[in-house]
Amino acid sequence: MTSLNRHTLTGHSAALDFSQPEPVDLSSGKYVKLWQGPQHPGITGNMSLELTLEGDTIIGCKTHVGYLHRGFEKLMERRTFIQNFTVVCRIAVPEPTFNEYLYSHAVEELSGIEIPDRAVWLRTLNLELMRLASFLMWIGGQSGAFGMYTVPNWTLSHRDFVLDLFEEMTGARIYHMYIVPGGVRAGLPEGFEKRARDVMDSTEKMLGQVERVMFNNAVTKARSRGLGIIDPEMIDPYGIVGPNARACGVARDLRKDEPYLAYDQLDFDIITGHDCDAYGRAWQRLQETRQSIDLIRQCLDRMPVDGPFQADMPNVLHWKVPAGETYVKAECTRGEYGYYMVTDGSEYVRRVHVRGPSYTHAIAVMERLAVGCNIADIAGLMVSLHTYPPEIER
Amino acid sequence: MSLRDLLSPFYVWQRAFEKPYTTKRPTLDRPGAPAYRGFHINITETCVGCGSCHTICQNHAIDMVAVDEYVGRDGDSGLRPRFDYGRCCWCGLCVDICTAGSLRMSNEYAWISEDPGDFHFTAGIDDKPWQENALGYRRAEGYHLYPPKRITMPMLPVEESVNTFDEVVRGYDKEQAKKEADRCVECGICVATCPAHMDVPDYIHSIRDGDYEKGLQLMYRTNPFPATCGRICTRRCESVCPVGILGEPVAIRWLKRFIVDQVDKKDYPRILNEPIGESDFKVAIIGAGPGGLSAAYYLRQQGHAVTVYESRASAGGMLRYGVPSYRLPDVELDKDIEHILAIGVDIKYDTEIGRDISFETLLEDNDAIFMSTGLSVPSSMRIHGEDHPRVLSGLQVLADVASGRDPGIGKKIAVIGGGNVAMDAARVSRRLGADVTLLYRRRISDMPADDEEIDESQAEGVVIVQQAIPVEVLDADGTERVCIKWGEAKMVDDPKGGRPRPVLQEDRMHTETYDCIISAIGQSSDLGYLSSEVQDQLAIEWGRFKPVEYQHTMMEKVFVGGDFANRTADAISAIEDGHHAARGINRFLNPDAFIKAEMQDE
Repeated sequence: MTSLNRHTLTGHSAALDFSQPEPVDLSSGKYVKLWQGPQHPGITGNMSLELTLEGDTIIGCKTHVGYLHRGFEKLMERRTFIQNFTVVCRIAVPEPTFNEYLYSHAVEELSGIEIPDRAVWLRTLNLELMRLASFLMWIGGQSGAFGMYTVPNWTLSHRDFVLDLFEEMTGARIYHMYIVPGGVRAGLPEGFEKRARDVMDSTEKMLGQVERVMFNNAVTKARSRGLGIIDPEMIDPYGIVGPNARACGVARDLRKDEPYLAYDQLDFDIITGHDCDAYGRAWQRLQETRQSIDLIRQCLDRMPVDGPFQADMPNVLHWKVPAGETYVKAECTRGEYGYYMVTDGSEYVRRVHVRGPSYTHAIAVMERLAVGCNIADIAGLMVSLHTYPPEIER
Repeated sequence: MSLRDLLSPFYVWQRAFEKPYTTKRPTLDRPGAPAYRGFHINITETCVGCGSCHTICQNHAIDMVAVDEYVGRDGDSGLRPRFDYGRCCWCGLCVDICTAGSLRMSNEYAWISEDPGDFHFTAGIDDKPWQENALGYRRAEGYHLYPPKRITMPMLPVEESVNTFDEVVRGYDKEQAKKEADRCVECGICVATCPAHMDVPDYIHSIRDGDYEKGLQLMYRTNPFPATCGRICTRRCESVCPVGILGEPVAIRWLKRFIVDQVDKKDYPRILNEPIGESDFKVAIIGAGPGGLSAAYYLRQQGHAVTVYESRASAGGMLRYGVPSYRLPDVELDKDIEHILAIGVDIKYDTEIGRDISFETLLEDNDAIFMSTGLSVPSSMRIHGEDHPRVLSGLQVLADVASGRDPGIGKKIAVIGGGNVAMDAARVSRRLGADVTLLYRRRISDMPADDEEIDESQAEGVVIVQQAIPVEVLDADGTERVCIKWGEAKMVDDPKGGRPRPVLQEDRMHTETYDCIISAIGQSSDLGYLSSEVQDQLAIEWGRFKPVEYQHTMMEKVFVGGDFANRTADAISAIEDGHHAARGINRFLNPDAFIKAEMQDE
């Protein structure tokens, strides 16, 4: 599956040293314990880092989560199959539609529902627009974390233009609730295609500007080169996925490896990088943002303009899904996103487990990479892993 | 690091001279998208208060509250959704499920109020500024959260049905019934509308669960004629079913039939196992039609000694002698009747009150009497020559066929009338091999008969002539046949706003010869068994009763029900009259126990 050899934990590589550091003597006056978060602009959401510093240098990092716990997985066990799709989008605020898609897909798989072709394409378009919006927000975040606040203004504005498209397509900007078990809720409104292409054009132009001011930038380079290097050996043991892995040269992308929706009909290649640091990951994401724009254009070119967008559905008010279990996955902006679902033949789901890439990236990987960093770079490092705390605490 | 990396960032200054991306006054300059999921709008006139929005809302943000304006409206729960914006998440599932299509969302998204109570409102009733907003989210064409179309009922093909008295409607199989039962939204508007208040959503639920025995128990609580009503009920429930507003109503009648079809008659005693109370009272029932037998069934459960007097040789009344067997086979009717008799109801056939036993004796010997003798006398057409021997009544023809006698109608006949009896007579005649012309004085759309009946009779080859007023019946000289003279009618609007009236056009007359004419223009009651003294005491008007509460009459011991005591004159109303009268008789016989039982029910 990857171009790299699998590494075993028995190897003597320093990257795979899981031993706990010796506890430090805080009373010695040599060290400082510092909490960053849960309310802190340098943290991507509500979680906190318990940092141990020696001077400016971090010698220990422990992550604390739970500030955003809303118990989604449990909530879903008390709601009917149709009601749940309004809950799942809240699991990852900046990219809700991956949850909508995977939840719907799991329910469809267990109940044997085949969605029509037009719904397949509308879902693909929706997910790619989501990827674009999420990347745009991320670029702003990464730039802001290094102290450059002009770029966030540009990219978040363009994210808003994408949200405008969502608003037209789905009726809402953030929680779209558009992908529903059985298909999608509506076709595209009139004139949508033209407006979508306009947004793609201006976003593409803006990305050129971002490249000039953020990537060809002495300060960005100085601060992000060599920061948070992910040793390729860490990829498998740490469960690193998505752009974080691809930036290290691992060609791993579910859209290609196990194509779902219309991805096997789209023309694209997996983008990989070779710099394993924060700069390399940023560059990787910039290229993937461009790829996303290209995929959106392909969707607009190829998708059917009419036909049904919903499969024949039973009455959702007392919909019973046959007993079974399934794991479905998709490539979200940050890597593999998965839903494990167990049903028992009743009107309620027995168990749902949501697997978001943030779990590994924001906890284990972060704790590992933070050690040795300068305190000023912690925010930039955290953003460079692209994590969303609500997804850790389903 | 290069010089380029040092200079390139200064490119940001270029943006300073371009148009900003932001909007100055977002709520004013930037309205929501045309399909934005904003604040709710409900067209309360269209809404029927089915409560599906309330059911589907995962936040419990919707309560159904009574709105005076709509309470008591036909096919309407009188409730309207009340939104709590402290709970709403604007998912719009309420709009998606709305059976009436009355609920939608505006594209307004900004609203400021100092009173928190404002955010708890009944859409369409409490005045809100966005009520007239034409934009906003609504359910897309082709998107459904329940199947809008009914499962097609297997029927005998017309070529076959016209030659046989076999049942035309074949009934759902388990798979079909389950699918059809799945369409129910469980609003209960049908329960309120059904004259017998049958527990429709619950017995439909039992089909989804595959628990047909429970379904049967539920049906017998309010109706001891489920096999019959599952075939020939006038199904007012379906006419108010909210699923039928934008699609086709749930096939409630066929589902009822399905449950009965699944249960073997010999299992009835085990499944139903009615407890029989203890009582020393004697109750007599006149007429073994649906009304009388329903009263007998519920009275017997109280332990009273119940005797039913029936003038004919079999029980069932109009169900047996008025409904042809291709709609209601005798074996199905017997399934209902036999169970009623099996719990200990005594029945005396061929016993006519007034001839074999006098009404007064009956009154003397019993503690209470329930009368339900229906409408058995054909109405007169009030035209000259009507007493011609070749003018038959629809009721007579149907009774003859039901009893296995040949009604002797001939090969070319005319049926006069537009009700269900006329349709039955016409379709029976087709099955006996006659060419049938049906004359009706108004338009087909005005016919009181079921649409289904009208369509099926036409499919079976009945020729319907609308706006045809019979004028005179004449002898066909020297033959056994009969002539009818009829004139074309013009529909004239009623200045008072009533339905248009047919007016005969004297210059457009037709005369046609037939083997016989079947008149089926309505029927009235035969109360000859009551002396005029008794009739006076009972306050009968135009051959009809106007019972007071619990079907009681002005005579102490006498209760009435069925076609001659209600306005709808159908089986289900007679069944409810019987059930209701049974409660009334219990109250009359044993007031203390009745009150106690009622309080327990509550």
